[in-house]
Amino acid sequence: MSDLFQDYSEAAARSGAYDEMFAQGHVARRSYGQVSGALRELSLADVTARADSMARTFLDRGVTFDYAGEERPFPLDIVPRVIPADEWDVLERGVAQRVKALEAFLNDVYGRMAVVTDGVIPRQLVTTSAHFHRAVHGFEPSGGVRVHVSGIDVVRDAAGTFRVLEDNVRVPSGVSYVLENRRAMAKGLPEAFGQQHIRPVEEYPRRLLSALRKTAPSGVDDPTVVVLTPGVFNSAYFEHTLLAGLMGVELVEGRDLICRGNRVYMRTTAGEQRVDVIYKRIDDDFLDPLQFRSDSMLGCPGLVNAARAGGVTIANAVGNGVADDKLVYSYVPDLIRYYLHEEPIIANVDTFRLEEKEAREHVLDRLDELVVKPVDGSGGKGLVIGPDATKDELDALRKRVIADPRGWIAQPVLQLSTVPTLSGDKFGPRHVDLRPFAVNDGDDVWVLPGGLTRVALKEGSLIVNSSQGGGSKDTWVLANSPQLPAEVIPRQSVTVREQVSVWPVESNWRDRQTEQQQ
Amino acid sequence: MLSRIAESLFWIGRYVERADGTSRILDVHLERLNHLPLEEQRSVARELLAVMGAKPQSEEFGLPELLHALAYDKHSASSIAGSLGAARENARRARETVSQSLWESLNTTYYGLNQHRKDVVGTYRFCNWVLERTAMVRGLADTTVSHDESWLFMVLGRSLERADMTARMLSTRDVQSAGMSWVNMLRCAGAYESFIRTRRAAFGDQHAAEFLLLDRLFPRSIVYALRDADECLAKLDPSAQRVGFINDARRIVGQARTFLEFHRTDDLMSELPEHMERVQKAVTQASDAISRKYFNQADEHAWVGEVS
Repeated sequence: MSDLFQDYSEAAARSGAYDEMFAQGHVARRSYGQVSGALRELSLADVTARADSMARTFLDRGVTFDYAGEERPFPLDIVPRVIPADEWDVLERGVAQRVKALEAFLNDVYGRMAVVTDGVIPRQLVTTSAHFHRAVHGFEPSGGVRVHVSGIDVVRDAAGTFRVLEDNVRVPSGVSYVLENRRAMAKGLPEAFGQQHIRPVEEYPRRLLSALRKTAPSGVDDPTVVVLTPGVFNSAYFEHTLLAGLMGVELVEGRDLICRGNRVYMRTTAGEQRVDVIYKRIDDDFLDPLQFRSDSMLGCPGLVNAARAGGVTIANAVGNGVADDKLVYSYVPDLIRYYLHEEPIIANVDTFRLEEKEAREHVLDRLDELVVKPVDGSGGKGLVIGPDATKDELDALRKRVIADPRGWIAQPVLQLSTVPTLSGDKFGPRHVDLRPFAVNDGDDVWVLPGGLTRVALKEGSLIVNSSQGGGSKDTWVLANSPQLPAEVIPRQSVTVREQVSVWPVESNWRDRQTEQQQ
Repeated sequence: MLSRIAESLFWIGRYVERADGTSRILDVHLERLNHLPLEEQRSVARELLAVMGAKPQSEEFGLPELLHALAYDKHSASSIAGSLGAARENARRARETVSQSLWESLNTTYYGLNQHRKDVVGTYRFCNWVLERTAMVRGLADTTVSHDESWLFMVLGRSLERADMTARMLSTRDVQSAGMSWVNMLRCAGAYESFIRTRRAAFGDQHAAEFLLLDRLFPRSIVYALRDADECLAKLDPSAQRVGFINDARRIVGQARTFLEFHRTDDLMSELPEHMERVQKAVTQASDAISRKYFNQADEHAWVGEVS
């Protein structure tokens, strides 16, 4: 470990961020004991060989994302991110709480709008959101769930406190990397798994499928679930195929679907087959040319009406974007208090609402110290980090903010926590975030233990998006009580177990031949 | 054709399939095994070896020894390297009968056996490599050898061994009941996607076992493999008897298959060990019967390694 981690503590001190692996004085935290032990045994040559083989596995398996029309493997770093059981417990509850609040908020916003009447958030905020779709106003989706799948982005600030950075309740992606990363790590760095119990992630597709089936329109006995993809050119196409494959359902494109009489069918070799639940992986705008963009060839005309009539469940529901609008985000703590009568378990990042005059003036004075984000962006698009921006960029930003204050929010620059990451011939601290995934089946919100840890591969960079040079790490949640017996119970041997006999007694052919030979 | 050649072909089929099955089992179990405490690791390693039909050679038997015994030991017919070596040896003795490309691919495989690191990580890659090579051998056998008697013997060996290997995969469930989920059981057989597509939301031990045991369309299920073997035997001995069978192998394979196929049960899981035991027994007996009938059991064994 000595040479691989040579300059690590200096680099970590430079960034001033919370390091997930090392506490003060370059001592590995308890949760990282096994990992650091395993890494200590390895030489640079071993580590690079392992990393190469993991990258090759990803290419072989087609674990890629589409970047500017090119398939690239999603870089997986060899050092996992480890979350101890007690910290995970808080995160898990916090994420579930948030999902429940957003679910309630969406139901309300597309219904009575009590939240507005009660003065928790301004009506204008909802109605000016680009993703507030009036087309889905006034009906409860069949199955009663809107946020089937969500990814709540969480970061850890310099003090080590988890904070929610943003909510994704439209089409959160990345879960396929969680599944693939675990597979690759189990084979790439088996020593690090050691004898600790790491909570498995493999049940995700089954959880998702059962949640989707559970929220099918009423009266359907054996619901047919499909995954709706925009097609092979989508950047997350790999994920669509993986999930459809692991759930054992059809992966359909818009042209495979037909809407008739407010029911949805898919074209199969055996004629048209009814579809009950659509796991939608395309943006609302492209879903239904009757309601949204009329030039969209990706969707299927009539889906929204079918959903309204209760003929099909669309997951996640149409119009969810209003809940992950970044300006609404700044109200989520209030929403949690309003709907659930609880205090938020995970805090937000401090956010300036630029519509408010004072805040705006304050922000415009300190643009070079803040992060400014468009409210409806995703994937780090349009985001400006003040300290890294040039003067021209800041001036341009200033003009745009003044022109459209509703379209932007500002946050202080967070020093995201760091995890050692292989770069060149040694490990250096790199900033990470975390996207836990939650599946809501209407009764219960299940949070996938772990989630996607994205890492900015450039030193000092705070942008972790894969489209901007980010990679990922396998995320391990340690189990609370290792599920191992305190003493090794003598194992029941295979031969002495109770035998149930159902086969006929062996007939006499067995020895006939030998007898004859004798 | 010559009995000796037929025998070599039969064993090429068996050994290649054995290497394939063993690497599947090893690949999946290694992952679990690696996470166990040392003491448990030892006992599980022993039991796993027992399921694969071998005995530990030394008192000290842990993970490294298991890797050696199942993957790299060239002198053991139950290891991957041993099986592939034996398959190549058999092909060498039947070189004039097997196609050039089949021989070459077996030979290349044999010489590639040493080019792998023998630690846990290297073994994962080794297993993958073996899966690829065996798939290639099977593909070449199917596409470059006429589907005549010689090919039938190869397929016969392959089908019997496949039934046996799937039975062992299912038996390993017992060994690691703590950590071995049905998902892994299916992964072992490469059946996960097929299973999930046919069963939709019906998950669980029972369904997975049923799939690997009884599915009529999945090529690695026991019933499917036994039916394949049965068909080969029927083609090899077309003398249609109106009553009964002269051929013991057909009787054995047929009885095992029909028993499984038409057996009705409420509790498959508790019967599973017996099914597995009987399937393995049937395969051994069928193999013996085939030897007696076709290979003219000579005193000298033409193949390397064990008899079963």
